Amino acid sequence: MQTLRFTHKAKSRLPGKKDEAIIGVVASGNLEILLERVLPGTDCEVEIATPLRGYEETWKAVVAEFVERSSPGGLRISINDGGARPDTVYLRLIQGSALMGAE
Amino acid sequence: MMEDTATSGRASWFQATARQRLAGLLDPHSFTEFLGPSERVQSPHLHLFDLPSSFDDGVVIGRGKLDGKDVLVAAQEGQFMGGTFAEVSGAKMVGLVRAARDHKDLPQTVLLLMDSGGVRLQEANAGELAVAELMRAIVQARSAGVAVIALVGGRAGAFGGAGLTTATCSRVVVSGQGRIAVSGPEVIETNEGVEEFDAANKALVWSVDGGKNRRLIGGADAFAEDSMEGFRAAAKAVLAQVPAFDLETMQAEQERLAARQKRLGACDDAVSMWRILGIEDPEAIRDMDGKNFAALANSIKEANHDAR
Repeated sequence: MQTLRFTHKAKSRLPGKKDEAIIGVVASGNLEILLERVLPGTDCEVEIATPLRGYEETWKAVVAEFVERSSPGGLRISINDGGARPDTVYLRLIQGSALMGAE
Repeated sequence: MMEDTATSGRASWFQATARQRLAGLLDPHSFTEFLGPSERVQSPHLHLFDLPSSFDDGVVIGRGKLDGKDVLVAAQEGQFMGGTFAEVSGAKMVGLVRAARDHKDLPQTVLLLMDSGGVRLQEANAGELAVAELMRAIVQARSAGVAVIALVGGRAGAFGGAGLTTATCSRVVVSGQGRIAVSGPEVIETNEGVEEFDAANKALVWSVDGGKNRRLIGGADAFAEDSMEGFRAAAKAVLAQVPAFDLETMQAEQERLAARQKRLGACDDAVSMWRILGIEDPEAIRDMDGKNFAALANSIKEANHDAR
């Protein structure tokens, strides 16, 4: 297993009342994302546990793109990866932040 | 939003995740999870095999309401490691059933949303123990007056320990896509040869292990349409007729199984069993829609008995 950790400063805090949300399943080509509103200000942390080594640059790019688009300030995001493709990862991240943003 | 379509009444139970099934089955916003994902009670073993863990180890437990009635629930996630019984996933289910057994202030109804290929091979000893502990806990809980209902309709079916656990419950609800058995088709084929059971023949597999056959020969007490509404309606219906768990019930069940063995034991396929059960056109069962099938099953004596 490889663990990757990225820290970002988002443009703003993610609005919404939910303290936590989970989306996706650890299955082949899929992943599980746990989002928790536990960080101060616009901090955002993403931690990934993946069985596939050697994709740091791809993860880094997908996470940066997500932070840029969704401004998930205040969230700690934890990922259990089952070998998801980058587009699936991005989709789940967007779904997760939408859940957190729901009233 | 995506979540809503996946948990609406007509959404497929078979396709849904464990969490979507709970959202679709229970009354809206009634679910409270125990040991939720943020507590990270996950497998201590999988990383040793270089395999990813899940925050809930593939089992979601908690309490909620079904049509206003308080229930405890456990849902297996069949897509994660085949919904398998392991140290943590098993302990969550065992703990839930034992809690119902020991605490009369908790809901005295437990719904088990089974979706499991059996024991997780990477944690086999812990998984086997969990199955044994769960079956014992179910029997003890039933003796204490708790109703334990199995709902089977997930992708992984209910095989191995999950099949045994299902058979231990007060009542069993199954859909056409659901499968209940001990040895899975591949296991039988590997050990006994393809002539014995052809695991690649899906029609054969479902005719034997599938929900329709299980319902007709009395292995399940209710047939649900493959939807949230379907399982909700069937679960509500069986809750109204949970049998007593006493010597009389066990003797009636023993007699029923002995008579079934005598009556159907010589059959080598499902259609010939259905013919013996008195079904006029057994070939038509496979393509029959849920409503007509449920009505037919309700009229068959073998499928409806007071035992279990």
